[in-house]
Amino acid sequence: MIPLSWFLIVAAFLFCIGLYGVLVRRNAIAVLMGIELMLNAVNLNLVAFWRYGGPTEVTGQVFAIIVITVAAAEAAVGLALIIAMYRNRQTVNVEDLDTLKG
Amino acid sequence: MGFVADLFRNLGAAFVGWLSGFLPPWAVALVNDVAVALLLLTLALLIVLYVIWFERKAIARVQDRLGPNRAGPAGLLQNLADAMKLLIKESITPSGADRWVYNLAPILSVFAAIMLLAVVPFGAGLIGEDLNVGVLYIVAMGSLGSMAVLMAGWGSNNKYALLGGFRVVAQLLSYEIPMVLAMLSPVLLAGTLSMQGVVAAQAGGRWFGVLMPAAFLIYLVSAVAETGRSPFDLLEAESELVAGFHIEYSGMKFAWFYLAEFMNTFTLSAVATTLFFGGWLGPFVDRAPVLGVVYFAIKVSIIYALFTWFRATLPRVRIDQLMAFAWKVLVPGALANLLLVAVLAKLPLPDLLNSLLILAANVALILTGLGMIGRSLRLQTQRRLAQG
Amino acid sequence: MLLQAIFILVSLATLGAALLVVLTRNLFHSALFLAASFFGVAALYVLLEAEFLAVVQVLIYVGAIATLIVFAIMLSRGGVQRGVPLFNAEWAIVAVGVALLGGVLIVLLTQVAWPVSQAAPPADLIARLGQAFVGPYVIPFEVASALLVTALIGAILIARERE
Repeated sequence: MIPLSWFLIVAAFLFCIGLYGVLVRRNAIAVLMGIELMLNAVNLNLVAFWRYGGPTEVTGQVFAIIVITVAAAEAAVGLALIIAMYRNRQTVNVEDLDTLKG
Repeated sequence: MGFVADLFRNLGAAFVGWLSGFLPPWAVALVNDVAVALLLLTLALLIVLYVIWFERKAIARVQDRLGPNRAGPAGLLQNLADAMKLLIKESITPSGADRWVYNLAPILSVFAAIMLLAVVPFGAGLIGEDLNVGVLYIVAMGSLGSMAVLMAGWGSNNKYALLGGFRVVAQLLSYEIPMVLAMLSPVLLAGTLSMQGVVAAQAGGRWFGVLMPAAFLIYLVSAVAETGRSPFDLLEAESELVAGFHIEYSGMKFAWFYLAEFMNTFTLSAVATTLFFGGWLGPFVDRAPVLGVVYFAIKVSIIYALFTWFRATLPRVRIDQLMAFAWKVLVPGALANLLLVAVLAKLPLPDLLNSLLILAANVALILTGLGMIGRSLRLQTQRRLAQG
Repeated sequence: MLLQAIFILVSLATLGAALLVVLTRNLFHSALFLAASFFGVAALYVLLEAEFLAVVQVLIYVGAIATLIVFAIMLSRGGVQRGVPLFNAEWAIVAVGVALLGGVLIVLLTQVAWPVSQAAPPADLIARLGQAFVGPYVIPFEVASALLVTALIGAILIARERE
């Protein structure tokens, strides 16, 4: 039997890697990829707790499925925004989007 | 007679028994799984050899010519000869191509095609792994194939390959939706996502393809489009867009794509048989389960012959007609079918009446759909004649 | 024993792929490594006996989201960018911060005695999931579908070509 903490450690690592990607990459699509990694880590946590904390209740998996749905919707809108951005400014560098800067 | 009646399962049990003689139980399970996987792989490649021969002969006869008849008796070894020719060709990588992506794409394509075979029930108890999410697994592996096409298009460093890759992925994603919805109708009636469960629910002659012809037709058309065959082969035919996403592939890598396409076709016909025509069920199958494999082979051959017939006779469809057909005809039709079956299956009526109602609803759906398509085509023709 | 060995292999592969997503210069390769890490997470779901979720993960994440990301990469020509630095100016400080966060999380997760239940997942899990979605959790279900329709319409409107 695999101990629960192993799964949680893997999820924590995945979350930290995703967080690093979001905070440090300059390409907008790379930032989006980091966000997807973080959402995956959260899902992994949810399912691990579902399995080890009472698998007769399906709440954990329901929550994970809703998170996957929201991630899909957010990826679609995010990528549409990135494509529109590229069309307008010919760049996908997040540091070049500074027209609102004071 | 007793041993032969359940031949394949008895052979498997004998193999496991021989292994347990000298291995601990976990090693027996491991070796058994590896052996089954190798068997499925070999079976896949052999089946594809036979299937390509059948297709070339059938299309040749439709076109009033003989087809391959030199290599081996009746041309049976032609595919072996072709495979050897492709093997000894020079392995070219275009300059500027992304080497890893370019070389990985055909492998991924074949991977997706072969993984599908793990959940196809070839007979009673003869399935790679009876996942309790078998039907959904098939959809997931099918969607993996579109990733391989994108990799091929991008990795070739060729703008025609890229455009071809875009269009193929658009086609694959559009036709995946009616295919999934059509596959859900038998799942609804069977009450389970497991492939053996769907086969078992069709026992007693209650084949879902006969009950729900609309679902079967939608699945058939979507499967033809999913595998990229005629009449939906706009994207990889040699005369269109210079062969689409596999322009830059030659030799063994092209052979992998070719193999993946035929394997996909075979697997989707096998899935159609399982979901809609009772899989390996047939007369006397409970007394001699080995007959199940024979029935399965016959049914898959019939459906594969249908696919070949489409390819031999129908002209190609344009990309905008293709997409319009998927989104405006197939998706609403599949949704309506799912809705009707879901409502009718829950009515507290005796079984026979239920089945007749579902059949009537499906026939009504087909006639309505055809009527609407016919009317819209007539209106379009009238408008075009009125203009010019 | 075998399961633990498989778990270690799969999680190393997943974490390695995720690390390569963040560190690779070629954006297309990043997307492929992302798809590989999605696969790894799906394998971890299978180890957790959540097969339905594993297949849904492959179907939606690899089949749809990864494909969408690759499309966006191709449409924005972000594939080859030489001479542009990969990370922004604060990459060292952020690395320290994220490492600290990771350390705190891991210490926390290993020190807490989680209440572990020995029950097994029910045999009719998928049926129960379906009933949960139209029973107690019907509101999140409907809200998620409304969200998807809104996102669909919004994405098409935003990415449309303005004539």
